[in-house]
Amino acid sequence: MRLLTHNMLACNIKGVTNGFPLGIDATRVETKEVEMNPDFLKHIFPKLRWEAFRAAAHSLGIDNLPEQVDSNMLLDEEFLQQFHHALLEVHLEEGALICPETGRRFPVSKGIPNMLLNEDEV
Amino acid sequence: MASRPELQNPPEIYYNETEARKYTTSSRIIEIQAKLTERALELLALPDDGLPRLILDIGCGSGLSGETLSEKGHIWIGLDISQAMLDVALERETEGDLILSDIGQGLGFRPGTLDGAISISALQWLCNADKSCNDPRQRLKTFFNSLYQSLSRGARAALQIYPQNAAQLEMISTAAMRCGFSGGLVVDYPHSTRAKKYFLCLICGPPNLNSALPKAKLGMESDESGSEVDSDNDEHTVTVLERQRPSKKRKVEKKVKGRAWVLKKKEQRRNHGFVNVPRDTKYTGRKRKAHF
Ligand SMILES: C[S@@+](CC[C@H](N)C(=O)[O-])C[C@H]1O[C@@H](n2cnc3c(N)ncnc32)[C@H](O)[C@@H]1O
Repeated sequence: MRLLTHNMLACNIKGVTNGFPLGIDATRVETKEVEMNPDFLKHIFPKLRWEAFRAAAHSLGIDNLPEQVDSNMLLDEEFLQQFHHALLEVHLEEGALICPETGRRFPVSKGIPNMLLNEDEV
Repeated sequence: MASRPELQNPPEIYYNETEARKYTTSSRIIEIQAKLTERALELLALPDDGLPRLILDIGCGSGLSGETLSEKGHIWIGLDISQAMLDVALERETEGDLILSDIGQGLGFRPGTLDGAISISALQWLCNADKSCNDPRQRLKTFFNSLYQSLSRGARAALQIYPQNAAQLEMISTAAMRCGFSGGLVVDYPHSTRAKKYFLCLICGPPNLNSALPKAKLGMESDESGSEVDSDNDEHTVTVLERQRPSKKRKVEKKVKGRAWVLKKKEQRRNHGFVNVPRDTKYTGRKRKAHF
């Protein structure tokens, strides 16, 4: 799972009012190179919750993302590279996602988070 | 004839390793999935600007549908309830992110995040009460509500379904419309029992000028060549069930047009050569009391 997906996901256990962002407990992280598409990065940037993205990147061992960002930075090649890398090239392979409200853990195995809910969580 | 898979087992059991294997070996299945996905993408009517979008693939299974999305340059996230199917997607090294989840429990996405959603042959599974805890109506409602939430405004969902009968089709479409979607059902090849395909085309938000439903494909589908005879006559569209949001909600938005607007319209009609346009007076476009 890439951080792009992580940034869109929220815990939807019944009764949880703020299931975002899911905490990350990473035991294995992988990097797979993909071609950068600046247009997509510009398109998705306003939809991202940056603070959560930066924190998630941190839990996968990436520490070069700036704290403050604005859309002008998308013109900067170096920033684009870092952004692209953290968003689309780094994968959480093994570990867990953790609901910020209930602490419920969603295991991640072979890169696939298991978001199935128990009967009493629906 | 074998009975419908939906009647045999819950999806996570039916789509076991044996069934999932077919999605890598059967060229027929592969071709059908690709074709249906291409059509779904067409119905999504994304702006023709070459920009990659973030698309959700609902019931992504082995990732065949996702591969078509990747080919068109899009970035996708796939949801499926069957681990065996997702394992095949892993094997195939599809480019999208995969999530094991039951769409009847709702989609866990932040509001307004997705640019579009497709689904190929999965939704009819929601109509089954295959477990005591499964109430189809409730599950459909939960699913469509969360889908509506996750899509950005004006975004679309193109959902291809294999309904078991008319009642099921109605149940699915009604559930969708109740959640605030506009749009409706597009039936391709309506005159052929075999080639007939149902696409539920949903638009997030109230209808507007850009939200006209796409045309259905008519004529006969030729299986071998893959070429399709499109309707060349616009009047032949078979788009049924074109519903809009409940009128209750629309009434509120109805605005009274002012005097300036009336004057402008009358002027336009005169310029177009109409002779019976009433002359402008101090009464033109004034407020009138409601008469009942
Ligand atoms: C006909 S297959 C579609 C395959 C997929 N489009 C592909 O390219 O491989 C239908 C899929 O829907 C999934 N499905 C059925 N019910 C589901 C549910 N409640 N939640 C998530 N996925 C479901 C099944 O597991 C199955 O993989």
